[in-house]
Amino acid sequence: MTGVRCFVKSSLAVLALPVLMAGTALAQGTVKIGALLAVTGPAAFLGEPEEKTLKMYVEELNAKGGVNGQKIELVIYDDGGDASKTRTFAQRLVEEDKVVAILGPSTSGPTMAISQVVEDAGIPLISFGGAAVIVQPMKKFVFKTPHSDRMACEKVFEDMKKKKLTKAGLITGTDAFGKSIREGCIAAAPTYGVEIVGDETYNPTDKDMTPQLTNLKNKAGIQAIMSGSFGAPAAIVTKNVKQVGVTVPFYQNHGVASKSWIDLSGDAAEGVLLPAAAVLVADKLADSDPQKKVALAYKTTYEKATGKPISTFGGHAYDGLMILVEAMQRAKTSDPKKVRDEIEKTKGFIGTAGIFNMTDKDHMGLDLAAFKMVTVKGGNWQLAE
Amino acid sequence: MLLPRNLKALCRLWVADRFMAELLQFVISGLTVGAVYALVALGFTLIYNATDVVNFAQGEFVMIGGMVSAFAYAAGVPLMFAAMLAIIVAIIVGLILYRFGIEPARGASSVVLIIITIGASIAMRGLAALVFDKQFHKLPAFSGEAAIRVLDASIVPQALWVLGGALVIVAALWLFLTRTLFGKAVLATAANRMAAQLVGVNTSFVMSFSFAASAAIGAIAGVLVTPITFTSYDVGTALALKGFAAAVLGGMGNPLGAVAGGLIIGLLEALGAGYVSSSYKDAIAFMVLIGVLMLMPGGLFGKAHTERV
Amino acid sequence: MSRLLSSRYAALMFVALVVIVPGLMLNSSFYLRVGALIFIFGFAALGLNLLMGYAGQVSLGHAGFIGIGAYATAVLPTHFGWNIFAAMAAGVAGAGLIAYIVGGPILRLKGHYLAVATLALGILISMVISNEVKYTGGPDGMAVPRLEVFGFRLRTAQHWYWISGGVLFLGIVAAQNLIESPTGRALRALHDSEVAAGTLGIDAARYKLIAFVVSAVYAAISGVCFALLNGHITPDSASFLRSVELVTMVVIGGMGSILGALVGAALLGLLEQLLAQFHEVETLILGLVMMAVMIFMRDGIVPTLQRLLFSRRAS
Repeated sequence: MTGVRCFVKSSLAVLALPVLMAGTALAQGTVKIGALLAVTGPAAFLGEPEEKTLKMYVEELNAKGGVNGQKIELVIYDDGGDASKTRTFAQRLVEEDKVVAILGPSTSGPTMAISQVVEDAGIPLISFGGAAVIVQPMKKFVFKTPHSDRMACEKVFEDMKKKKLTKAGLITGTDAFGKSIREGCIAAAPTYGVEIVGDETYNPTDKDMTPQLTNLKNKAGIQAIMSGSFGAPAAIVTKNVKQVGVTVPFYQNHGVASKSWIDLSGDAAEGVLLPAAAVLVADKLADSDPQKKVALAYKTTYEKATGKPISTFGGHAYDGLMILVEAMQRAKTSDPKKVRDEIEKTKGFIGTAGIFNMTDKDHMGLDLAAFKMVTVKGGNWQLAE
Repeated sequence: MLLPRNLKALCRLWVADRFMAELLQFVISGLTVGAVYALVALGFTLIYNATDVVNFAQGEFVMIGGMVSAFAYAAGVPLMFAAMLAIIVAIIVGLILYRFGIEPARGASSVVLIIITIGASIAMRGLAALVFDKQFHKLPAFSGEAAIRVLDASIVPQALWVLGGALVIVAALWLFLTRTLFGKAVLATAANRMAAQLVGVNTSFVMSFSFAASAAIGAIAGVLVTPITFTSYDVGTALALKGFAAAVLGGMGNPLGAVAGGLIIGLLEALGAGYVSSSYKDAIAFMVLIGVLMLMPGGLFGKAHTERV
Repeated sequence: MSRLLSSRYAALMFVALVVIVPGLMLNSSFYLRVGALIFIFGFAALGLNLLMGYAGQVSLGHAGFIGIGAYATAVLPTHFGWNIFAAMAAGVAGAGLIAYIVGGPILRLKGHYLAVATLALGILISMVISNEVKYTGGPDGMAVPRLEVFGFRLRTAQHWYWISGGVLFLGIVAAQNLIESPTGRALRALHDSEVAAGTLGIDAARYKLIAFVVSAVYAAISGVCFALLNGHITPDSASFLRSVELVTMVVIGGMGSILGALVGAALLGLLEQLLAQFHEVETLILGLVMMAVMIFMRDGIVPTLQRLLFSRRAS
């Protein structure tokens, strides 16, 4: 029987290992903040800038003495964008690491999967996921910083209305983001008098979307095409739009709001319209714009530290971290429940995504004004309004 | 009387014309994507023939081809040399995989070897994320971005490069296997390893060679498609999945079948997206795949009863 | 020692210990959750092992059956007002039925052809799950109603630790009975040589189908538990990668070994948590560990360890 006992013991030891490792990091006078980010997997392009941003700013905050006199200790787990994995890590953050708040996850599905965990634990969560369902219906401890995907549609339709365009075609990915845009657009269309005349989708791993775009192009009376995509497919769609010779206005969305999309799409990106956060056009904002200072500061810090152009995604992490830290400062404690109450009272916080005004009915606090309609000119972002 | 009839004819002509243009566009799309699947499937076939291993890391060779050339090019290396560098790196990785992953496990059951290659593909992905990054990268199109218009359909020049490249590789492989002594040694090893060894074929060398050649084919595919589809550290999995399906559809172990399988899956996806439903276009391809296997359990070009014992 | 380990009661004792001892010692719901996940995937891997290790057939689509079990538990009560127990039963029966219908024709395929056909089947199922947004919530997934037994809500990781541990235990008992029945002997004969089994008058097609249906039912039960443990499910649960993970658990743990499936699930589940600290090299290490285990223990962990123990005793 010694063999069996030995095996049980050693497997227990393996189980206990993470506790020991986490234990050594526990120090006096620190406040622990957890983060669940999709650093690998299909949403890695979100998780990577988010992780860099959080690490960078936590270091900066700590250099300035931390929050309420305590140093911040950041515990980041990579959820790979997988909902079940995220839930395990959420429980680990709550029970083992005993964090006072959680930032992330990067995407919507995992956020929905863990909202019950933070509700039960009474710990505030500030998600970087786009879907409106994260905060509608509202959950007591769940907040989010990115604009809802539906708002992108509303902004685009607003622009179409101005141009008297009423017939739109959709091309969206079958991933969570694409689906969210598609539903948002279909729901928002009637309000703006827009009719959806074409509805095409593609898989995130697809290499060519010309068949779908050919169908859209040949739809009778189509006046604009709206795309719900991010990452490589977004650039492929952009190039394919040019290739099949679409002549009607082409709208992308806030999911492509990074320089890498322009680089990948090349000439095809020229003239494409999209709603995006002000941070993207930080240097082009009017001096009177209240967001200019914050946006420009984030842009300079991030680009200096990483040597890479900013995306709005990292900006969501910045907003989340700063809203949390300011709430802690106002609460003068890191007690999760008091911090939650203060997050809800966030008023006039100027972030990279816009000006946040949270209430007990709105846990995002952004309105359409947070979006700027931008376009690409000469390989660079340009305000289109 | 004359005018309406003319109009009708004109109208019919216009409809037919538009139909043709649409069809052509779908076919072009299908062939381009299919050519990529075909090249991945060809890599599967080559290794499978020489070693009986189904190499699920085949997609990672495509990734290496794309990533290495994109990074080298971005660092200022001329495109031609960047591509060559990528192919060399892929060959080295392929040889390392054979030497340290496959050879020590020689004689293990095929599913064990599959898990080893899946492990290798995961490890390569992890390494690529470390060495490079997790963003998407591109290469410039070899001969410009301006689309060529054929009838009312359009094709980007790079797609011709992909199709032409696939054609050249298939032809070169065929010539090599049938016209050179060493190629015949590869075929002999594929047919019966023991017998090949007995007649003096250095089967170990043949097997390393098959890994190197598959890696090179994958890397070439990666270089050719990166201008159209971009690349990132994790593009391999999806390609391996489709490539494997293509290789099996054509008949595992048959190079011509691999090419046909790849093109058919690509065409089914494009036509499915164009005419049926873009949400279920992959489903259409997979249903046809299951259907074909029901009717021809050895794939399109496989022998009816080829059981390797 | 080895006889003890290989006898069926020892295996059961071992599993009981592995479930009970950590269950009593660990009081953090994080560890209990990790444990519950290991039991749940170990259970699915156990079923798949009956197909792979005994009937000798590979499936690259079993996550599809997990998805059917999980989504039946969520969709039927939410959208059709079903009683949740009826929904759970329907999910399991549905998966078995689909396996029965599809299994007939596709199990005629051999080796890699079967692998691709099952892969296609799994992808079709996961595609339906992520495309039918109206019912399944699409890629963002959907909430799963909580299970109530006599007015008692089963929702904590602790509840599900004990439930899935119990389910695993019963699953092992059932698998052992199956293996030692005439069906099991027929399956093993099939695994060794289909031709030889045929000459003995064994109806290969029938037994392969039995193993396929049984393994699908195991996967669906595991899906039901998975959905109820998580309370929210996404199409990841039915993805191709999950199927590959299941196959990996079976092969790493040891094909044809009852304990192997559990050990494989434990290895992958624990590695995920251990490597979480070093997520930059996580994927790299995971891949290398998979390769190393298979190169140095090509029969899988459990059979290799059993052999080692045996030879030490003999010498």
